[in-house]
Amino acid sequence: MTPAPRPALPVPEPRPDEETGPFWQATRDGDFLLQRCASCERISWPPRSFCPHCGAAEPAALRAQGRGTVYSYTVVRKASGAWRDATPYVVAYVELAEGPRVLANIVDTDPETVHIGMPVLLSFAETANGFAVYRFVPAPGQA
Amino acid sequence: MAATGAVIVGAYEHPRREIPDRSVAQLHAEVAAGALADAGLALSDVDGYLCDSTAPGGALGMAEYLGIRPRYLDSTETGGSSYLAHVGHAADAIAAGRCRVALCTMAGRPRTGPRPVRGLPAPAAAFEELAGITATVQNYALVAMRHMAEFGTTAEQLAAVKVAAAAHAQHNENALLRQPVSIADVLASPMISDPLHRLDCCVVTDGGGAVIVAAADVARSTGARGAHVLGHAQAVSHSDGGRIDLTTTAAARTGPAAVRAAGVSLDQIDYASIYDSFTITVVITLEDLGFCAKGSGGPFAASGALLAPDGGLPINTDGGGLCNNQPASRGGMPRIIEAVRQLRGEAHPAVQVPGCAIALVHGTGGRLATRAGSATLIFGREPR
Repeated sequence: MTPAPRPALPVPEPRPDEETGPFWQATRDGDFLLQRCASCERISWPPRSFCPHCGAAEPAALRAQGRGTVYSYTVVRKASGAWRDATPYVVAYVELAEGPRVLANIVDTDPETVHIGMPVLLSFAETANGFAVYRFVPAPGQA
Repeated sequence: MAATGAVIVGAYEHPRREIPDRSVAQLHAEVAAGALADAGLALSDVDGYLCDSTAPGGALGMAEYLGIRPRYLDSTETGGSSYLAHVGHAADAIAAGRCRVALCTMAGRPRTGPRPVRGLPAPAAAFEELAGITATVQNYALVAMRHMAEFGTTAEQLAAVKVAAAAHAQHNENALLRQPVSIADVLASPMISDPLHRLDCCVVTDGGGAVIVAAADVARSTGARGAHVLGHAQAVSHSDGGRIDLTTTAAARTGPAAVRAAGVSLDQIDYASIYDSFTITVVITLEDLGFCAKGSGGPFAASGALLAPDGGLPINTDGGGLCNNQPASRGGMPRIIEAVRQLRGEAHPAVQVPGCAIALVHGTGGRLATRAGSATLIFGREPR
């Protein structure tokens, strides 16, 4: 069954800075970069120039495989600004297979079908400036 | 035993909830005057001053505007929990001899005035903002949804927190919302962000409040019946490098630390002011403070325990942020002030906890589900 068309979500323009530029550059190639510390071996999110777990400098980039599950979510019924007319939409914490929990939208599905534990896959929405905003869609076989 | 010797000798909550005719600075001055009058002190007695980052010009701008020359200044900014940290810091400063009469003010006009100017956003916010988080309720909805999934918490149990707040607020002539509500009323109110309804959310009010924290000898000379600051603690919870935990807050650390510092036990707490930005905030905080087991905050709230005067743990007898007052969208100061009223026996007779001797105040600032500051205060009717 084809889900009813939903209002498109806004695609905000990211604000790369001196520290987060490499992350956003990688989204141009469809990559979502986590960081893995060579010293403590822990994986962290969001990106920064040191490991937040042990303080070691310059953790190495680790390309996320793009698989995750919904850790929590909400269906937003009332929003403001550019998002006001996009309701209802889903904001979720997705736990990536690599461990980190990432705040992002779940798209391309009926919001009423989203649930905690739902398997999801990484997806990208290209922005006007050629970057891409990371989102998640239900894994095949899901609603 | 590590009580600070400091006493809250003056407290004042601005009586109005919609104030289009005052500047934010004026509100600071009005609540300062109110708290000083309550204490029987004057601005010239003040030698310590504490405020948050939304006070116009910060501590410097306010000191100039109020015409005071404090020798101790503190602008700790942890959102709505800032004012609990201020009281704790003032008590420590008094214990260290750095000041004797500390004025703590807060005010804001989110209903009728301009939004306060804030500093640079948190680094992580540049990522979070892409997901369409447009209001604080969405963060707390993420917490509530996970809490429901892990522990079976229900919408009815969350609603019981609002029902208790409304039952108390009907006795507060200054409360924004004084109408009692039922569980059904909460569930029938519009869904804002699943699973939180409109009536799961706190009010938006203009206003403010102030307290005077003073050395014990000042308290004796003014004859003030006060709230002795027995213990305090603060902590932060955040996304922890990508391992955010949505069902435990930093109250799990500040509660035990404050209780230990005060030399009391949880079962001695007669009354608690619990930050209630949303109903879920109360449920998760009661668990983390240790008033009930993790995961049982919903049934605890639904049991009637939170109702004054006869519940096992009466909370927010002024109506809390859910019904009475959340000035500047930051509820810490009114929660402190209601605890002072309870210890003085000055709460409304319908909700006054008989023989209230030990009170706990907990603040949750910033936003759960991203970054949140927790602060806990323990007050005693008598010094320890």
